[in-house]
Amino acid sequence: MSTKQALLLSRNFAKTKQAKIDVAMKHGAYSMLKKAMSMKPDEVTAIVKESGLRGHGGAGFSAGTKWGFIPKDKFPRYVCVNADESEPGTCKDRLILERDPHLLLEGALICAWAVRAERIYIYIRGEYFYPAKVMQQAVDDAMKAGFIGENIKNSGWSCSVHLHTGAGAYICGEETGLIESMEGKKGFPRLKPPFFPAAVGLWGQPTIVNNVETLAFVPRILEIGPDKFAALGTPRNGGTALYSLSGHVKKPGVYELPMGTKMKELIYEYGGGIRNGNKLKAVIPGGSSSHILTAEECEDLPLDFESVAARGSMLGSAAVIVIDDTVSIPQLMIWLTRFYAHESCGQCTPCREGTDWLVRLAHRFADGWGTRKDIDDMFELADSIDGKTICALGQAVAWPTKSYLQKYRHEFEALVK
Amino acid sequence: MQIPDSLKTKAEEIIFRYPEEHRVSALVPVLFEAQRQLGWIDNDVEKWAAEFTGASSTKVREVTTFYSMLRRQPVGKYLIQFCQNISCSLTGGLELQQHVQQKLGIGPGETTEDGLFTLKYVECLGGCSWAPMMLVNENQYFQLTIEKLDRILDGFKSGNPVPPDEPTPLLGNIAGES
Repeated sequence: MSTKQALLLSRNFAKTKQAKIDVAMKHGAYSMLKKAMSMKPDEVTAIVKESGLRGHGGAGFSAGTKWGFIPKDKFPRYVCVNADESEPGTCKDRLILERDPHLLLEGALICAWAVRAERIYIYIRGEYFYPAKVMQQAVDDAMKAGFIGENIKNSGWSCSVHLHTGAGAYICGEETGLIESMEGKKGFPRLKPPFFPAAVGLWGQPTIVNNVETLAFVPRILEIGPDKFAALGTPRNGGTALYSLSGHVKKPGVYELPMGTKMKELIYEYGGGIRNGNKLKAVIPGGSSSHILTAEECEDLPLDFESVAARGSMLGSAAVIVIDDTVSIPQLMIWLTRFYAHESCGQCTPCREGTDWLVRLAHRFADGWGTRKDIDDMFELADSIDGKTICALGQAVAWPTKSYLQKYRHEFEALVK
Repeated sequence: MQIPDSLKTKAEEIIFRYPEEHRVSALVPVLFEAQRQLGWIDNDVEKWAAEFTGASSTKVREVTTFYSMLRRQPVGKYLIQFCQNISCSLTGGLELQQHVQQKLGIGPGETTEDGLFTLKYVECLGGCSWAPMMLVNENQYFQLTIEKLDRILDGFKSGNPVPPDEPTPLLGNIAGES
């Protein structure tokens, strides 16, 4: 397939022993760090901004802009790599951590150079035992090779890199929850303002929190140049993305494709279409927190942040979950709400109590004693969480819940006793 | 429980990652490591972690009860963490849950009488494209079928574990190159 040429970030994933530093260096690892270190930090930030690189963790915020928020005279500064991949449907950072850890390290180091940080922490979810093992080895090797530590390559700049393991909490993927967790506390997201950890982050200091994939793109941007990177995608959505394709497709997998690739192309041309000759019913386009899209709404839909938002959902972490016509949406509602009820950190009452009630109501339909009023109550309950919580987990459960009820109300009604 | 020297050594390694004035940042990783070595976290471990990191005992309890992977009771020799989230449930996870319950004769949260297996249903483990997936202790297993599940469980039972899927297999448009 000609699309293989589009492989940018993942081009070394299939190479044997790419996780080893000598092999990675044969394939160019750390050459872009050297290039970055020959430039002024602000120049590097400007290039990343120009490239149109957006955050691949879910929010899609411009990476270069985020780096630019670091206040001028406040030191020390930190970089936190968000490797807490746990948005249901999302499984692409796992591949970067396991298959090309030096690419991630190089990207994180370039970021640290650009913002003048002296420490990098890689916050990796506790369940990622093997990815953490590979990553720790990569850090040790890069330190021996002199890319991490004191006076890196005689530049006068010192930067250390450390792993920090989580222990099972979706909420720690929220950047201020991550920072709280790193400070030895429960992962309660912080009140905003201050809006960005770039101003007040880890231990009160300026901190950049970026997703694994976002940082792994940085060396590639320096390699091919910001213009070429930007041109790969659509306007305001630079480069490619790792799309996590799962659910009822014949060929699930992680596909690196240009930003703006059509949804139907991903599902039918790459994913091989729907399993068992079934029909496409719906798609969750950006992780479980996104509004569900009906099959019709997926027509002619480019997978970039603006296009999916214009269709009333979000690209999020580009985790595309495909659902065929054998699935009942009330059943899907149980799986969805159960997740958020389990992962609500408990800090805000609407979310803590509301998610639990949503699960109970969702179960009523499957158990055969749901009523028409329960449908309305669920909607109202979701609405009473939406926008009324400290962090975005509130929306993350409210939006999909409301969309299931709105678009598939008839399926709930059919189960009413 | 006694705190073994191997844990003390590892804890020193972990705490070295943080500035001296922020020792408490090591709390979660230190408790996680303690659990890896000792199987679970009891009051003695909590007390030691508090002294070691400088956290108050209330704070330590907050942490051990907040994070779902930290446990305050022992589990079987092999902890099965089976994903029950959307992608795994869409692709046969529910049948596999029934199968594993029948095979082991236990429900979620329970341990087999011989103390070998504990079964736990968990939320997304980040293996959605390779669903259904599970962890057995630190081993990741993907693309589960009844046959593969049987092989894995029998392997642990007979002391001949099936090698985990490490690294995660390549699927998608990345596969097939080298």
